[in-house]
Formats: sequence, structure tokens, C-alpha cells
Amino acid sequence: MAKRIESIGLDAYYGAFKAIEDVNVVIEPKTITALIGPSGCGKSTFLRTLNRMHEVVPGARVTGRLLLDDEDVYGPGVDATGVRRTIGMVFQRPNPFPTMSIYDNVAAGLRLNGVKGKKVLDEAVERSLKGANLWNEVKDRLPKPGAGLSGGQQQRLCIARAIAVEPQVLLMDEPCSALDPISTLAIEDLMTELKDRFTIVIVTHNMQQAARVSDRTGFFTIEATGEPGRLVEIDDTQKIFTNPGEKRTEDYITGRFG
Amino acid sequence: MSSLSTTPPPSVSPDGRAGTLPRTGGRSSERRGDRVFRGLSLGAGLSLLGIIVAIAVFLVVQAVPALRDNTASFLTDTVWDPNAASPAFGIVALAFGTVLSSLLALAMALPVALGVALFISHYAPRRLAGPLGYVVDLLAAVPSVVYGLWGIFFLNDKVIDTSAFLAEHVGWFPLFGADGIYGRSVFLASIVLAIMILPIIASLSREVFLQVPTSQQEAALALGATRWEMIRTAVLPFGKPGVIGATMLGLGRALGETIAVAIVLSPAFVVSLDILTPNSGNTIAANIALGFAEASSTGRGALIASGLVLFAITLVVNVLARAIIHRRREFTA
Ligand SMILES: Nc1ncnc2c1ncn2[C@@H]1O[C@H](COP(=O)(O)OP(=O)(O)OP(=O)(O)O)[C@@H](O)[C@H]1O
Ligand SMILES: [Mg+2]
Repeated sequence: MAKRIESIGLDAYYGAFKAIEDVNVVIEPKTITALIGPSGCGKSTFLRTLNRMHEVVPGARVTGRLLLDDEDVYGPGVDATGVRRTIGMVFQRPNPFPTMSIYDNVAAGLRLNGVKGKKVLDEAVERSLKGANLWNEVKDRLPKPGAGLSGGQQQRLCIARAIAVEPQVLLMDEPCSALDPISTLAIEDLMTELKDRFTIVIVTHNMQQAARVSDRTGFFTIEATGEPGRLVEIDDTQKIFTNPGEKRTEDYITGRFG
Repeated sequence: MSSLSTTPPPSVSPDGRAGTLPRTGGRSSERRGDRVFRGLSLGAGLSLLGIIVAIAVFLVVQAVPALRDNTASFLTDTVWDPNAASPAFGIVALAFGTVLSSLLALAMALPVALGVALFISHYAPRRLAGPLGYVVDLLAAVPSVVYGLWGIFFLNDKVIDTSAFLAEHVGWFPLFGADGIYGRSVFLASIVLAIMILPIIASLSREVFLQVPTSQQEAALALGATRWEMIRTAVLPFGKPGVIGATMLGLGRALGETIAVAIVLSPAFVVSLDILTPNSGNTIAANIALGFAEASSTGRGALIASGLVLFAITLVVNVLARAIIHRRREFTA
């Protein structure tokens, strides 16, 4: 059950520093939205506000409204851990738990949810690893440490870990930035497959990737260092890459930025 | 600035062949540095080994005559009377008391120490965590004689009351048997030891917990873990080898603690689980401290032999710890 996300006047702070300002977007269910923009413009920050990971940073806070199917994620009484179970996340650097086996890494989220039965876990692990296109490579070494995989495999392991709990939204922060072209393509194919079940938001520096996989593309930028980042525009990917509404977007996409 | 300019590497190597890559021996000063350093560290390592061997040999040589004169069995008897005309001494009571008091101390200290370490590293607000960590470090540096004096003049009274309570209400528990006399007991010694090793374990564990990479903690949080679940999934497994190391250091200190135990414990050479009563045990280190001054030459030999046993116990503990860490080494970060 994919969900719809809507942010309304969203600001995010690190202490006194405002990192993003007044972000308004609607992200439809079962779509892939790519976020692009220069380094430091607040893409990761915005992504992390979506599953309340932003507030994990000491001193960080968010103002504004963020709706997940009309329910305010930052509403009073809403439990951040519940939000994170609904909205999974894959990080820029693969971060499998080094003390856990491949199997335990994938099962980690389910175990946190109290799933115990071996059969249920076995099935979920297999399903998730297949979903992440990793099953064939690791099915004979599930009890081996997850940290012993290659970088690309580790990243797919992290994707498997994230989708094992059947989230409704999947956030990916530059998931391919440390990967070779083949692993990158594998993950892009994977995203297209996962789109049937999840709402996906991906941050990327790779224009081709954004153009290839996403339905919608949002462009973030900052006016100057120390200023907050803003969402300049968000539109159909096709439109952003062929006929963007803003000059700044066009400059960035065509490489005339800065 | 001419002083910064470096001579370009010679394009002709010492053996006369032309080439642009530096050759073996081409940058002799660096290589000499390497050699000197290797020599120094090798020498340091070897001399350390030499010292340890020399100590062991010395101890064995000193202990052998006493062991030869011993009329009891050193490894299986509890009696300790090495200064008598016909000396009789066995290590069992002392070894038992040493291990028992240290294990009790560890059982009391470890949970609290881990709690303190986690509180400082992951729960306390930063303004509190800094000073708290500092206090713990400070406690780890307090000399043991201070703990001993505090134990005998302050803690003993409280322990007497607690002991009476325990004996009355949970007297069926094997450790809490008693005859109505309490204090200066193995229980008191264990508590003093626990308080001594707590800051060591806490301080080292906190250090380890602080090193857990943010990325792994965030991985757990992003799966919807609560803070405690995050600690269980990411922090504790990552910190386990370090915590084991810290525990062993604490245990080592408890096993070898001399003066604090000598001050608080009313010793006896018996194997007994009645930790609440005085005269129900003794430890190797405390016995050495209390007995050395008045010992005959056989008595000294006996004490030295007991020291060797303590050495062996510590060694076993360390080997066990290494084995535990080694067993899952491919899973350590
Ligand atoms: N933990 C933090 N504490 C303080 N400031 C931060 C923190 N993380 C990010 N920032 C600041 O917030 C701003 C936005 O950072 P963010 O990481 O969101 O940028 P980004 O668009 O993801 O950049 P990149 O493309 O390089 O990943 C930057 O100015 C950055 O310095
Ligand atoms: Mg980023």
C-alpha cells in the first residue's frame, strides 16, 4: 500500500541554521521522484525530514506540515519510530550491520517488529533478497557477515533490509554514488520494479539516472552559502529535462551552474 | 622559499642504470628511518618478553624450595601454615576466595557499569554527559587504599545491616547462609571490589560505545527502532569486544587487588560460600600483603607460589576473553 506525501511550508533547522525553507511538494503513490541540485542545497535534509530521521541529529528540528495520506507526520502524539517503519530509508553509503550475518541484516527490521517465527523470517528474507536482486548471489552464504559483500552487494543488502518490513514509502539518498555502472543499473531496474509497490523518493547527482528512472524531478538550490536551500521547481521528469519552467533549473541541468 | 624546495629524486640510480622510478636504496634516509624504527620496536618487544620470562623464572626458583618442604599438597589442600616447623600449605582456599570475590564483584559491577556507560554515551543530555564522564574517569583513578579505608570505616556498617537482612529473608540462597555474625566478610570485600572496578569498566565501555559509527545507529533508527532497540541492534554488538576487554581489565584488577581487600576482610583459610560472615574466606593478593612481613623463608616461598597461581588465574581469564572475542571475529567491525 503505497502512500502519498505532501509537504506544506516545510522548514528544517540544524540548531540555529536553517537548512531548507518553505518546501511544498506533493508526491503521488507508486511514483519515483528524483531530487537533484548542487551539493549542500538540502536534498538529504529534506529527504530525512520525510521519515523524521532529521530530528536524530542533535539540535535539529522541523517546522511546517508533512502529510502522509492526510495524516500529519509531525502532528502531536505521532511516534517517530512508527513513521520510520512506514517510510524506509537507504543511505548514501551502504551501512549493513557489521556484527550481523546477511540473513540477520535482512531480518533485523522484522525482528524489531516482533516477528519471531523462523518460517516467516525465512520467507521474508528470501522475498526481500529476491526483491533487491541479491538472492542468487548470496543464497549460499546467508550466515556469513553482511560486511563481507562488495559495495554494490552491500547496498542491495541495505535495500533488502529496508523493503523487508514492507514500508509504504522508500527513501534513497544517492544509493548508487559508490557503485559501478552495472550495480547502478541493477539498482535502477530494481527501483522501477519496486515502484509497483512503494512510493520512492531518490536523491541523485546523476542527471541520466534521474531522467532514466524518475517520473517526477524536483530541483533544489541555494542562493548563497549560509542561505537556506529551496525547492525551485518540481515537475514531470520529461518536462524538467526538456523544457524546465525556471532558468536556474535549465542552467543546472545543462551544466551552466555557478 | 628556498628552504622548502627539495632536491629532485636522482634520475640515475646508484647502480648506474637510468630510470625515473626511485630504486631500492635510492632514498636511503627514509629506509634508514624504517630500519631504526623496526630495530627499536623489535628491541622493545623482545626486552618486554625477556622481563616477563625473567620474572617467571625468578618466582619459580624462589617457590621451589618451599614447595619441596611442604608437608601438605599445594594444589589440593586448604590449610595455610607455611611458617610452622613442618610447613603445610595449599592454595585451594585462597584461589577459591580470590575467584569468588572477583566474580561477585563483577556480577555487581558489570550491569551498573554498562548502564552508566550507555547513559553517558546515549541517554544523558550533552551538558550532563561531559562532566559525568569526567567524574567516572576520576573515580577510576582513585587509589585502592582509599576504597579500602572507606570500605572498613563507612561501608562495613551498612553491609552488616544488609547482610542481616539478606540472611533473614533469603537465607535459603546458598551464598547467604550465616550464623548471626556479619561484616568484614567476602561480601564486603566484593562490594568494595565492585565499586573499584565499576568506573574502569564504565569508562572503557563508554569510550567504545561512543565509537559506534553514526551510520549504523541511523540504520537501526531508520528501521523504526526505539533508542533502546537501536542500542541493542547497533551499539551493543559493535561494542561487545571492547566491553569484554573492559570487563577483563576490571576482573584482572579485582583478582589482583591487594590492599583494599586486606583492609576490609577478616580472613580465614576455608572454602565457604557463606559470604556474609567474617572469617569465611581470603584472597591470594591480600594474603600476600598481610603475610609477607612476618614470613619465614619457607613462608615467603609459599606466598610466591601463591602469586604464581594468581598469575595463572589471570592468564586463564585473559585467554578465555580472547577466545570469546576470536570466536566471532569475522563479525566484528
Ligand atoms: N548534521 C548537520 N549539522 C549541521 N549542519 C548540517 C548537517 N547536515 C547538513 N548540514 C548542512 O545543511 C545544509 C544542507 O545539507 P544536505 O546534506 O541536506 O545537502 P545535500 O543537498 O544533501 O548535499 P550533497 O549533495 O552534498 O549530499 C548544508 O549547508 C550542510 O552543511
Ligand atoms: Mg546529501
